[in-house]
Amino acid sequence: MRGILGGRVYDPANGIDGEVRDIWMRDGRIVPADEIDPQGAETFDATGLVVMPGGVDIHSHIVGAKVNVGRKLRPEDHRGSERERRGGYWSGSGYTVPTTHLTGYLYAEMGYTTVMEAATAPLVARHTHEEFADLPIVDKGAFITMGNNHFLMRAIKEGRREEARDYVAWLLRASKGYAIKIVNPGGVENWKWGGNVEELDDEVIGFEVTPRQILETLGWINDELGLPHVPHIHGINLGRGRSGRTTVESIRALNGRRAHLCHLQFLSYRAGKGAMHLSDAASVAEAVNTASNLTVDVGQLVFGPATTMTSDGPLQHNLHKTMGGRWVNDDVESETGGGIVPVTYEPTNPINSVMWLTGLELFLLIDDPWRVSLTTDHPNAGVFVHYPQVIKLLMDSAYRAEMFAGIHRRARKGALLPELEREYSLYDIAIVTRAGPARSLGLRNKGHLGPGADADATVYEEKADKEEMFARPRYVFKDGGLVVRDGELVAAPQGRTLHVAPAYDSAIEERIREHFREAYTVSFDNYSVSEEELGRNETVPCDA
Amino acid sequence: MTTHEDVTCTFCGCLCDDISVEVEDGDIAAVKRVCANGRGVFAEHCSDARRPTVGGREVDFDEAIAEAARILDQADSPLIYGLSSSATEGQRKAVELADVLGAVVDTTSSVCHGPTGLALQEIGEPSCTLGEVRNRADLIVFWGCNPSASHVRHFGRYSVTAKGTLTPRGRQDRTVYVADVRPTGTSKTADHFLQLRVGSDYEVLSTLRLLVRGESVSAEEVGGVSVAELGELAERMKSCRFGVAFMGMGLTMSAGRNVNVAELFSLVAELNDHTRFSVIPMRGHGNVAGSDQVLTWLSGYPFAVSYARGYPQFGPGEFTAVDMLARGEADAALILASDPVAHFPRAAAERLAAIPTIVLDPCENLTAGVARVVFPTATYGVDAVGTAYRMDNVAIRLRAVLPTERPTDEQVLEAIIQALPKRAAQLEAVK
Repeated sequence: MRGILGGRVYDPANGIDGEVRDIWMRDGRIVPADEIDPQGAETFDATGLVVMPGGVDIHSHIVGAKVNVGRKLRPEDHRGSERERRGGYWSGSGYTVPTTHLTGYLYAEMGYTTVMEAATAPLVARHTHEEFADLPIVDKGAFITMGNNHFLMRAIKEGRREEARDYVAWLLRASKGYAIKIVNPGGVENWKWGGNVEELDDEVIGFEVTPRQILETLGWINDELGLPHVPHIHGINLGRGRSGRTTVESIRALNGRRAHLCHLQFLSYRAGKGAMHLSDAASVAEAVNTASNLTVDVGQLVFGPATTMTSDGPLQHNLHKTMGGRWVNDDVESETGGGIVPVTYEPTNPINSVMWLTGLELFLLIDDPWRVSLTTDHPNAGVFVHYPQVIKLLMDSAYRAEMFAGIHRRARKGALLPELEREYSLYDIAIVTRAGPARSLGLRNKGHLGPGADADATVYEEKADKEEMFARPRYVFKDGGLVVRDGELVAAPQGRTLHVAPAYDSAIEERIREHFREAYTVSFDNYSVSEEELGRNETVPCDA
Repeated sequence: MTTHEDVTCTFCGCLCDDISVEVEDGDIAAVKRVCANGRGVFAEHCSDARRPTVGGREVDFDEAIAEAARILDQADSPLIYGLSSSATEGQRKAVELADVLGAVVDTTSSVCHGPTGLALQEIGEPSCTLGEVRNRADLIVFWGCNPSASHVRHFGRYSVTAKGTLTPRGRQDRTVYVADVRPTGTSKTADHFLQLRVGSDYEVLSTLRLLVRGESVSAEEVGGVSVAELGELAERMKSCRFGVAFMGMGLTMSAGRNVNVAELFSLVAELNDHTRFSVIPMRGHGNVAGSDQVLTWLSGYPFAVSYARGYPQFGPGEFTAVDMLARGEADAALILASDPVAHFPRAAAERLAAIPTIVLDPCENLTAGVARVVFPTATYGVDAVGTAYRMDNVAIRLRAVLPTERPTDEQVLEAIIQALPKRAAQLEAVK
């Protein structure tokens, strides 16, 4: 039993905006004060300090097949970013692609207690869960890529929607996944023929379906199954000069159906002169503002080294051709693909500068903070350890102006950003880093400090420099236990793996079995990840 | 009698997971669909209850653990080596042990596809899973490898004769090239065999890169192969639907090593300007791909990792087992699921015999013969469940068909970690 006493609490889900409250924790849950016998409780004096729920990252690439090839690819990333073994804590290495234990430690030391792995191909979900077992402290879940899945595309083509729905339920259970992920629907399949898709009504080779149909069907399936999260969508034309227009069209194509658009910064450009991109944040934000069915995360660019890694195979090849240098591609049978290209973002680069300001414009132009989550699409647009810098950019318009002055002049010319004077409050920050992502994920016990919530909480010392403030919490609690004190680890318990188990008609299994005989190289009966393989885990209920 | 279906054979990187095993009276009575290489995994398994030994004398488990912990704790420069025939569960504990000890940990990759890992670091790796080969590949190139002997069911399950969604006629839907220095069982099944002069892989691959770029080559012959023939291959590579190159130790362990592999990886990357092309290293040991994966997610590097400074450092040539041993730099060793005395150069093998060595292995081997402490362990995939990574890095579950009478690698290593005075001191220091 522990108490965090007298702190200024920012708990937007319960409407608490900086009021002084005591937070009590028992058996891993937040409990009301009147259920507590303060005798014998361990208390933490939070007088003058800021108390928030533990941070929730809705989109980050932290483990699994792609991340691990990224680590293998980049020894130069690890040198100089090592951590020594200390006590029972593992050593580790890596800056943009840290090792598993280091990833858990760094998130916790920043006050984050829940992180979602943004893209796992079902065939390699077992790998993701193996790395989860070595990722301490945080609770985590995996989004399962489905936007280029053969079984699904065939069912869509043949108009068998119920079969597609049952298959998705089966696949989420088989992969012990948390949500439906869609990456460049149809485009990754076309890449296996050397192509891509560019419009929502382009045809997927060999399947006679379109990106629009894939989005519609998976949106319908998500609602049918009552999944806690919504379809998590990385749209088509990512990174291109027409991506803003495509994003607006995709929002229209969703037709009011619930969805989450991830790392929207990468999909909010319009074409400038020559190969120049310009920000199209204004029209994308307008479309988001009018579509209350949507949540988004930004994927804010942070200047410095990054490692791009997505399931968007053609995008990664295109990046490789643009940048030169190293390229990993990984086509996954019947399911998806992916690639990796290391990059460094420079303020002296005009396009990088535009990407930077596009993200900030989205943050400042989308009115409802509940529908925006703070991410850097780690490690694609920046490394998660820089979230405190992004928070400072949102809270401090003078700092924003100072950084804006340092970016490439071609990006500054005509930019909207200097006109946007909005500053996020601590309450807003608590929304975009905790309450909002938790609500979008459907995690009812996360992102707030009301009775019954998971006792994940972070205590900060308020400072004028918000980057400093958020980089080094005074205390971090996970499941009611102290894990970080003054920015340093004091415990590293194992977190939970969060997954869903939607119901389905088991008649589908015979058809899937047949599909495996036709197209897979793994036996149907060896494909599913069993619960015994997971370690500590929790099935998050569906509403259907 | 019990029949176990969909059992995974752990012999090679194919990890065929369609094996049928019949168990009668507590022993394996019949095995179906397994190849000649894999048969031994089931026919010659070592799973009877057996005690560990110290100095050749059978002892209790706890006594052997105490001796192993004493050896490792007192060593200044312990080496942990092998890993590739264990499951990821054992591999993870081996890396943890290295981290706690400040040891060097290296895997059989360093004498096998280590150079492939270096090429990946330099070039990247355009690759795909084996099902893409099965379903799509209409051009297959085997370079410096002989799967007809080393990966016997590769052709039928994944590559040459496999029937897939876009390759319904199997062999007839594919063109197969083999590049090697001598005729092999694999070259006999190929449509085209390029017999290379020994040590000329790099020149031939460079020539192919030039030809793919459309540049003219004045020589008539390179590395024993006519340029006209290479030109024909270059054209086929550019015009195929989905090409795949499989590469083996003919590239990694001949003159040039990682430079050869990097040249092939560059060729494959460039072919993606014209069509789709992938490369897949033919990984040998059943879970050698897993040892790369585990070591990478725990340390950042795939092999040759030293924890001597308290954090992981990568140093092929420095922290590779052969070099550590031959230079006399390792003063104790723990060998996990491998037999370096049988395979290493003499100087390295002699060093292993001279220093206190601990062996974890299901079966007796030459290294166990010179070891101070020997733990007969369970066999993942026979009498213990576990996880292994196929050559295309797909993780496959290993079933157990027999009851376990022995501790697993994971259990032995965990017990050693718990018994280390060094670990207790580390925990005490942060209290």
